[in-house]
Amino acid sequence: MKYVTEYRDADLVNGVLDEIRRTVTQPWVVMEICGGQTHSIVRYGIDQLLPPEIELVHGPGCPVCVTPLELIDKAIAIASRPEVIFTSYGDMLRVPGSERDLFSVRAAGGDVRVVYSPLDAVKLAQQNPDREVVFFAIGFETTAPPNAMSVSQAQVLGLDNFSVLVSHVRVPPAIHAILGSPHNRVQGFLAAGHVCAVMGYWEYPPIAETYKVPIVVTGFEPLDIVRGILHVVRLLESGEMAAENAYSRAVTFEGNKPAQALIERVFETCDRKWRGIGMIPQSGWKLRPEFAAFDAEGRFHVADIQAEESPLCIAGLILQGLKKPHDCEAFGSQCTPEHPLGATMVSSEGACAAYYRYGRVEI
Amino acid sequence: MREEKDQVTIHGLICPRPLAHDDIVVLGHGSGGKMTQDLITRTFYPSLENPTLLRGDDAAIVELPKSGRLAISTDAHIVAPLFYPGGDIGRLAVAGTVNDLAVMGAKPLWLTASFILEEGLPIFILEKVLESMKAATHEAGVIIIAGDTKVAERGKADGIFITTSGVGVIPAGRDVGGAKAEPGDSVLLSGPVGEHGIAVLAARGELEFEADVASDVAPLNGLIEIMFKACPSIHVLRDPTRGGVATTLNEIARQSNVSIQVNEINIPVTPPVMAACEMLGFDPFYVANEGKVVAIVPAEYTEAVLESMRAHPLGEHAVRIGSVTDEPAGRVLMKTTIGGTRVVDVLAGEMLPRIC
Repeated sequence: MKYVTEYRDADLVNGVLDEIRRTVTQPWVVMEICGGQTHSIVRYGIDQLLPPEIELVHGPGCPVCVTPLELIDKAIAIASRPEVIFTSYGDMLRVPGSERDLFSVRAAGGDVRVVYSPLDAVKLAQQNPDREVVFFAIGFETTAPPNAMSVSQAQVLGLDNFSVLVSHVRVPPAIHAILGSPHNRVQGFLAAGHVCAVMGYWEYPPIAETYKVPIVVTGFEPLDIVRGILHVVRLLESGEMAAENAYSRAVTFEGNKPAQALIERVFETCDRKWRGIGMIPQSGWKLRPEFAAFDAEGRFHVADIQAEESPLCIAGLILQGLKKPHDCEAFGSQCTPEHPLGATMVSSEGACAAYYRYGRVEI
Repeated sequence: MREEKDQVTIHGLICPRPLAHDDIVVLGHGSGGKMTQDLITRTFYPSLENPTLLRGDDAAIVELPKSGRLAISTDAHIVAPLFYPGGDIGRLAVAGTVNDLAVMGAKPLWLTASFILEEGLPIFILEKVLESMKAATHEAGVIIIAGDTKVAERGKADGIFITTSGVGVIPAGRDVGGAKAEPGDSVLLSGPVGEHGIAVLAARGELEFEADVASDVAPLNGLIEIMFKACPSIHVLRDPTRGGVATTLNEIARQSNVSIQVNEINIPVTPPVMAACEMLGFDPFYVANEGKVVAIVPAEYTEAVLESMRAHPLGEHAVRIGSVTDEPAGRVLMKTTIGGTRVVDVLAGEMLPRIC
């Protein structure tokens, strides 16, 4: 398949791996921020092919994983209402809330549907004027433009039966939080290519400068990932703490301006709780006051719902790169993709699920 | 004096004649009475008739074959939509049970079919499904010798549910089963993966994507018979349906207590299936097939079996995807396209599209 197959070519990947081996002279800890990259790394076994000097740690870039528990509980409360058609991206359905997940809401008679785009949810609202259609608007900067577009369209169409339950998160504040932590081990970052396709990477040079870490915009195919790692290693070895773009076929410095303008029009930054990590200042987006009519939290009076995480789950430490999934006592025993204790075991992008699925249990 | 207009003329005591309801299924079709009988004779018999079925007794009577063991299997079929590119619930109901028998080394002979029809189902839809079953039974060389029909109230069934049971005969000398894989064996696959799952998902229309993919649903007994001619001592046969080839290989690895090692680069996937999977975040190795067979054969028969498969239209693209080893027992390992190794686990639950 064009534009995919060539980025999975064994010879090309091995060529870059050789170059990494020639370049590296000392141990480095590199974090891939994005869950999609974690998935690729374990799916293709890239970590096993790297020289032992390079340790990859898996960052908090899985939108499903970091969506706070209480938001899942709010979603479940809304989805259980008889007048509601609750729509969501597929893998949110399996995320456990405090007591159950959206799948069990559906089994108990709730109308919960998987949509591929939030615009499908807008269409559902048009087709079902006597029902309340709610879309679970989660994700990073990648899903923010379509989610903003759904609200904007609903406004243009004058829909009063469409609303969104918003829990957007942003990457740069999370990088700040990780690098600013006293326990930080990360020396270089692979920045998430899809996020940068929307936002550009103009936010990264100041971060690289402040914390003295190189940051390289990286794609998702095996060749993209090893090239991103090669860039980071070169920068680390030469002591150059810059932000570079190794994913130029998708990313420009400025990013997608119309998409950024749309986000800006519908959302404003806010403090946001990350599951497993806690509150990160200015790390989220919420609806602007002029779109308050589309806010499902207000419409269904669920703003007060609170929740506590499972004490066994160490997702927080994993998402900060301080522990590996198999360091967790519950990993693979009490906690499996069938019965996840924490969100990192739920999403296919979650570090624990990726480790479990691709067998990083010792064999 | 009565006005002319008030006069009533009675033409005799005749109740209104009941409507025949030969256009849609109504609850009366499941009553067991005349309407049921009419539905069976007008709609079911024309497609499925054979002397055993037409006898119309409470049970079909068949002669036992003179030798061999019997294989018996049953399978319930629910699919939405009822029709999709490459197949429909009727073809699926026949092929599903025929394949379950064939992969045990049996020659399928007889099927029974039980239908749950939803009130309001247009009869022409039922006729189309039955025509398709007829074609599939001809293709597989089996007959439907007994059947049953019930009608569920509207909203309590999704159009048509079909359960088929099948009986086949395993000729002497064949001994296949999930626990028979041995270290050194070759793992063969009859063609590209994931076509049925993607075709049905696309036809469902919920995810608003289009894919030029037809389901591979087909009875495999013809293909499997010629494979037995090439190698009478096939160790394992299995049709990788729900959960895909990945799940099937895991089942075999556990049952046989061996490791199965596959090479990702050898696993055939067509470009449209690959494109759909890329878009939805699915792994084609986990997507359902309904017309593929996984075969584990002694290494020395590898080429002979592959050659026989490739001579059959359903096995044209047959390939060797890997081999069986001792360790790590119970696990399926995959050498990835770039040379890494990973464990291939079973699918946890429903396959879900990824967020981004």
